[in-house]
Amino acid sequence: MGTSTRKRQLLVLRHAPYHGAAARAAVDLALAMAAFEQDVELLFLGDGVLQLLKDQAADALGRKSLGRILSSLPLYDIERVYVDAAALARFAIAADALVLPVEPLAEAEIHALMNACDQLVSC
Amino acid sequence: MIYTLLVLSSPGAGHGARTAADFALTAIGRGHTINRVFFLDEGVDAGCAAVVYPQDESTPLDNWAALAEEHAVELVLCISSALKRGLLDSSEAQRYDKPAATVHPAFSIGGLGQLIEAAAGADRLMTFGG
Repeated sequence: MGTSTRKRQLLVLRHAPYHGAAARAAVDLALAMAAFEQDVELLFLGDGVLQLLKDQAADALGRKSLGRILSSLPLYDIERVYVDAAALARFAIAADALVLPVEPLAEAEIHALMNACDQLVSC
Repeated sequence: MIYTLLVLSSPGAGHGARTAADFALTAIGRGHTINRVFFLDEGVDAGCAAVVYPQDESTPLDNWAALAEEHAVELVLCISSALKRGLLDSSEAQRYDKPAATVHPAFSIGGLGQLIEAAAGADRLMTFGG
C-alpha cells in the first residue's frame, strides 16, 4: 500500500460532450494517463456515450470534436473501452455507429468491472 | 493511509469542494496523509485569490489556505482548466501578457501528470463533485 505499484484504473466518462468542459477534461485525463503508461480502461456511462458519436459538428460551437480525439485512443494503447449498453439503447445508438470499437456492458457487468478495478475516477 | 483528492466542482456549485476541504482536514486530524489535492475542470475556481464573499458567509478559500499553510498540503490546479478560466499565477500572467495574477499563493498550477503521479502513490483516490 502507498507505493507506486501498477494499479488497474477505470476512468468513467459520464458527461455529454459539449455540456461544459468536463467531458473534454476527462478525455484529456485519459490521454495523459496513457502517456504516463498507466493501466487505464474507459467506461462511457449514461450521457457519456454521446461523446463517441461519429461526425460531431463541434466547430459550430467553436469547440474541437471530442469524437475525433477519442478515435485516436487506440494509438495511445487504450484498448479496453466499455460502454453502458442501456444508454446506447436509450439513445437508439448502434455500437457500430461509434468512433471506435467498444464493448457494451449490461448493468451487472458494469458493477463487476468497477469492483475489479483498483482505482476509479469519475468525471 | 495516503489519500489523493480530486476536486471537480466549483466552490460556488454545490458542496463538493467544501466537503473535500473538510475531508482533508479531518483525515489529517486522524493521522492520515493527503499527498496532493488536484483541482480539475470547474474545481479550479477554488484557487481564485480575488473572490470576495459577504461578511456573514465563510470563504471557502480560507479552508484551503489553512490546509496549505498549517499542514503543507499541496494544492494543484490543472493548467488547462485554470488558464481558460483566467486563473493565472504570476509566471503565467507574464507569459500571456495579462495584467495580474489571480491564483492564491497557497495553490500552484500544474499538468495532469501531477494527478496521475499522486494517485499512483496513494492508497485511495477520492473524487469530489462533478
